Amino acid sequence: MLSRTADHLYWMARYTERAENLARMLDVNSRMSLLPQGAEILEQGWIATLTIIGLMEAFRQRYDSVTSSNVIAFMAFDRDNPLSICSCVHAARENARAVRGTLTSEIWETLNATWLEMRGMSLRSANETEVGNFFEWVKYRSHVARGVIQGTMLRDEAWHFAWLGTYLERADSTARILDVKYHLLLPRGEQAGGAADYYQWSALLHSVSAFEIYRRVYRDLITPRRVAELLVLRDDMPRSLRRCMSQVHMHLQSVRNAQSAETERRAGELQASLHFGRIDSVFEIGLHEYLVRFLGQVRDLGDRVSRDFLVSATD
Amino acid sequence: MLATPYDEMHASDGGVREHYKTFASWLARTPSERVAHKRAEADTLFHRVGITFTVYGEDAGTERLIPFDIVPRIIPANEWKHLAAGLKQRVRALNAFTNDIYHSQEILKAGRIPAEQVLCNGQYRPEMQGIDVPGSIYAHIAGVDVVRAGEGEFYVLEDNLRVPSGVSYMLEDRRMMMRLFPELFALHSVAPVEHYPDLLLENLRSVAPSGVNDPTVVLLTPGAYNSAYFEHAFLAQQMGIELVEGQDLFVDDEFVYMRTTRGPQRVDVIYRRIDDDFLDPLVFRPDSMLGIPGLLAAYRAGRVTIANAIGTGVADDKSIYPYVPEMVRFYLGEEPLLSNVPTFVLRRKEDLAYTLAHLRELVVKEVHGAGGYGMLIGPAASKAELEAFRQRILRSPEKYIAQPTLTLSACPTFVDAGIAPRHIDLRPFVLSGREVTLVPGGLTRVALREGSLVVNSSQGGGTKDTWVLER
Repeated sequence: MLSRTADHLYWMARYTERAENLARMLDVNSRMSLLPQGAEILEQGWIATLTIIGLMEAFRQRYDSVTSSNVIAFMAFDRDNPLSICSCVHAARENARAVRGTLTSEIWETLNATWLEMRGMSLRSANETEVGNFFEWVKYRSHVARGVIQGTMLRDEAWHFAWLGTYLERADSTARILDVKYHLLLPRGEQAGGAADYYQWSALLHSVSAFEIYRRVYRDLITPRRVAELLVLRDDMPRSLRRCMSQVHMHLQSVRNAQSAETERRAGELQASLHFGRIDSVFEIGLHEYLVRFLGQVRDLGDRVSRDFLVSATD
Repeated sequence: MLATPYDEMHASDGGVREHYKTFASWLARTPSERVAHKRAEADTLFHRVGITFTVYGEDAGTERLIPFDIVPRIIPANEWKHLAAGLKQRVRALNAFTNDIYHSQEILKAGRIPAEQVLCNGQYRPEMQGIDVPGSIYAHIAGVDVVRAGEGEFYVLEDNLRVPSGVSYMLEDRRMMMRLFPELFALHSVAPVEHYPDLLLENLRSVAPSGVNDPTVVLLTPGAYNSAYFEHAFLAQQMGIELVEGQDLFVDDEFVYMRTTRGPQRVDVIYRRIDDDFLDPLVFRPDSMLGIPGLLAAYRAGRVTIANAIGTGVADDKSIYPYVPEMVRFYLGEEPLLSNVPTFVLRRKEDLAYTLAHLRELVVKEVHGAGGYGMLIGPAASKAELEAFRQRILRSPEKYIAQPTLTLSACPTFVDAGIAPRHIDLRPFVLSGREVTLVPGGLTRVALREGSLVVNSSQGGGTKDTWVLER
């Protein structure tokens, strides 16, 4: 298939996934703002979120104070912020439009309808209920998009590139979500199991749809170590790093070309380290350090995918 | 004032014409709320499917719907038979003419068309002189604009032989009508048009360079911000071919390749939706970002087919138009079945004098204009507009032609105040490959403003489904 087409499909999927993960991140923080806790802690939560996305600087330039409503306005609704949910939904739709001939009409219509509906919303001064509904809606539309890709698309290269984008983005996002919370929680030195901690960790689990899964897998107290294990190392957890990387590796194998051997090797190596890794050794390195390194590896894979397939071979 | 237009649905005595009777009685017994509801549904569907065109000028990149009217334009079988034969004949002659011009120029030698008219025309491409193209076909796809003035009285308004557009609306309008009012298709036997993409693909494959057994066909688009992008994507999808941009193609050793995820892949036929000027920056406009450097060299070497061919503009130019009936006689030895609108060529002294004396009655068009821009409709113009246009003509008369104001036929159409007649035209799409074919019907455009004769979508025109009845 055309390299440019593959590029659009890959980014269509990445932006769709990114919009969903942003909604998840913002949702969990805005839920926490409803808990009885100091304004300072709440502010720290938002700062950690903005920092980990890499937008603290850009936010400071536009807003004086770090409040829930400012951060949500900036991260959810601000069209001048290229990484806001609105911008991601729009970018997903524009990428789809550029290759609408390659997509099934259902996929195109789904992404177009999402964008049209979002355009019709009045999103500036939403109150908490409406914000919550909006995040739910973004997640729902992302589920629909994935479902229609899964249900209607020919299993050819186009399909593999769409999933490659999805899983690279999801790996990146799960690592960031985990890192934000870890940052925020552990330095405070409290023993796991305290009430505040319980809410924080359970909110994190909720944000990646893993709360019920945790209960079913561990049937026990929520501890940071197990949360990390679930989100990093478990293959049956759909948003875990390991799960994402095994999918990335698989889809890379399916689109293999003359120059992609090294990329495939690196993806395989990363997947193997997650496959055979133990949570103890992750904690020996330090979870934060581990995640930072992981994010670097994911970024490297993304760059290599672009180089090998998307910006195609020169003449 | 214009004469009363021919009404497609009603005879002059007010009765409903035979071929509209079934539709008229359906409309009469269908509750108006249901019709209103269906019209709203059509709007939503068009938006969701993203059947839009991009407006130039205003907010860059604004996507708009072309208004769709639910009253079909119905053509009875016998009228279509005549039209189809006339269209095929005309396109055959136009292809023969283009081939002749780029080879031995017999028609010029015979003195049937003044040579300077052709050779000094900006649309004549000296780069094409002496190049053989597969099957001697230049206009693989022609969109011929036809209007009706009276009973059985059809005129060709212009021959679009470069990159004619609109066929996706023909197909989507049909799909929409069948979705909204399936019962109408049970009541009428409407000739199908849905196989157009198959015919087109077949046609494009048939003109591949010789020796290529399983040709790779691509559709070349200027990109997602072009006004007709929807159509490009739609046709590529329907034909199952790659939709490429200039940056996706490159030329190596006079072969054309596309950049794919598995390396370069040969391309044999390019259905291009980009004007000649932008195709190859090495030969035409050097600032073109849309084209492919070296494409013309590959084309001249016979390694790739470009459809439509480069240089077809010489045959559909408004200054050449008056000679088309002569082409039919010269190349085919037949009398033209479809009439031209009588045309005054203002580079001729006597035509200029007549036009200036009768400006109020005439339509004046720029020879190189398109899309309804830069034209004067005498009967509808104010004194000041007439005067301004007179000055423009006097400055450079060779840039203009003039025609009597035809009273385009009108078809009942939904407007704010209910149903009222609005002027329409028809663009059938004629395909030339191994043979000349066309699907029954075409795109009917309608001028939605009362009294307006301008049907172009860029000027507020809409579209209708076009039904050719099989009996």
